[in-house]
Amino acid sequence: MADVLRTLADPPSAPAEPKLALRDVVVTRRTASGATITATDRLTFDVAQGEFVCLLGPSGCGKTSLLNVLAGLVMPSTGEALLDGRPITGPGPDRAVLFQEPALFPWLSVLGNVELGLELIGVPAAARHDIAQRWLANVHLERWADAQPHELSAGMRQRLALARALAADPGVLLGDEPFGALDAQARELLQREVQRFWVESDDRKTFLFVTHNVREATLLADRVLVMSAAPGRLLEEFRIHAPRPRDLDDVLISRVVSEIHTLLMQEVDASVAREMAR
Amino acid sequence: MSRARWLAEELGPPLAGVAGVIGVWAIVAALTDSTAVPSPSVVWSSFLDGIRDGTLTDAAIKTLIRLAFSFVVAVVFGTALGLALALNGFARRAIRPIVVALQITPFVAWVPLAVIWFGATERAVVFVAIVGSFPSMALATLQAIRQVPPLYERAGRTLGARGWSLYRKIIVPAALPGMMAGLQQAWGFAWKALMAGELIVAAAHAGLGHLLDPRRGASVPTLFAALAVIVVIGVAVDYLLFGQLDRRIRRRRGLLIEA
Repeated sequence: MADVLRTLADPPSAPAEPKLALRDVVVTRRTASGATITATDRLTFDVAQGEFVCLLGPSGCGKTSLLNVLAGLVMPSTGEALLDGRPITGPGPDRAVLFQEPALFPWLSVLGNVELGLELIGVPAAARHDIAQRWLANVHLERWADAQPHELSAGMRQRLALARALAADPGVLLGDEPFGALDAQARELLQREVQRFWVESDDRKTFLFVTHNVREATLLADRVLVMSAAPGRLLEEFRIHAPRPRDLDDVLISRVVSEIHTLLMQEVDASVAREMAR
Repeated sequence: MSRARWLAEELGPPLAGVAGVIGVWAIVAALTDSTAVPSPSVVWSSFLDGIRDGTLTDAAIKTLIRLAFSFVVAVVFGTALGLALALNGFARRAIRPIVVALQITPFVAWVPLAVIWFGATERAVVFVAIVGSFPSMALATLQAIRQVPPLYERAGRTLGARGWSLYRKIIVPAALPGMMAGLQQAWGFAWKALMAGELIVAAAHAGLGHLLDPRRGASVPTLFAALAVIVVIGVAVDYLLFGQLDRRIRRRRGLLIEA
């Protein structure tokens, strides 16, 4: 039977160099009204090469800011973000990002969207078509190659975004609640696909997904990091050693889900109480 | 849908509008019964005369050559300027107000200056048309680029686009529908400015604008016929070329709501 450990003090069993690392990262962001808010509070954690980590927390806890730091789209105010031990200075195709919206380019066909990603990393024109077709087949969209993105359903669009992200063979896939806006069936299908790609990737890619869905996090991750309400810090870490593909009805999984859920609700209640007291 | 039905649905409403205008015109001409308002049939025969003796066709060809040249220069320069202003914040703050000022300046005001600078020449006429139309293109390009959803830029950058490739592959294609609006506006302005230039500047070869000038012996029916040719060419190009191009771009992106 797979065991579930729940630790914060668990020494990282990771190799010497983590794939991704955050060191005392503080992210501040400016609201539309001009106020500066601290999104995360001196956050430190590692993600090992080939690990699947989900970041869970109440809304507004800075999960997305953190992901943007790792994507290189946002610079931390203090602290540093590292990729393979080197500071992240900007975005790059070595870290693919799945946004909450698929962010497809409407002027390109379904195939063209995947091909553009390949073009941008310098894949020669002759090879692009076949690689892109293969990835479309991988997400069951090969028959839609010549369609435009707006002709696809929401779930198909996010599958296309997944294909575009993975076609460039990135070492890291960052997901910013990529399935949050999907209906239940589409979400389940995508969760299965993501698990499959992660398991099947030869050199085990590193996946870091932000979500506020406890079941999703438990289903997908080796490790679930639970964050506090803003300014976000790390509350608790759950290691999940259940084999894949996982089943939410699994007794063990459902126990972890309810445990994380309780913790998260406590944090939400506490943050509401803090808001009221302010 | 059959091609005939498509044509009827496509061209029916605009043709009905034109027929209405001609109808009102015929009634006004009949009521006033003055040489100042010639009837449609008089203008039609003047138009046929102009075709037969070649004055109208020669003028139209001359004008279209000038127009094509001025418009292409204005669009290329305007797009490049708009792009430069979008790329560079300092240039934007320094130059955008000047472009807006040019946009606001009535193009007729350029005609005397152009004559002073270039003499009553071909160049003066073309200058007026370019100056009258490139600001629309530049400002529309700038505006269209600044309105590109940030998500496209972020997605493009995470896919490895940077610098020039980011603009060429992501930002400019995303801005294209907005730039089309500038193109259509520049077309209208280029026409108007060119007509003003041709009307005032006596360049070596007569264009359509010259036919509007009673000082050069234009009869009222000729003037109407020339005006009709100007309007028809202007609208036809706008409708058949830019309008269809715009619709194609929008349909491809799912931005067109089909009636």
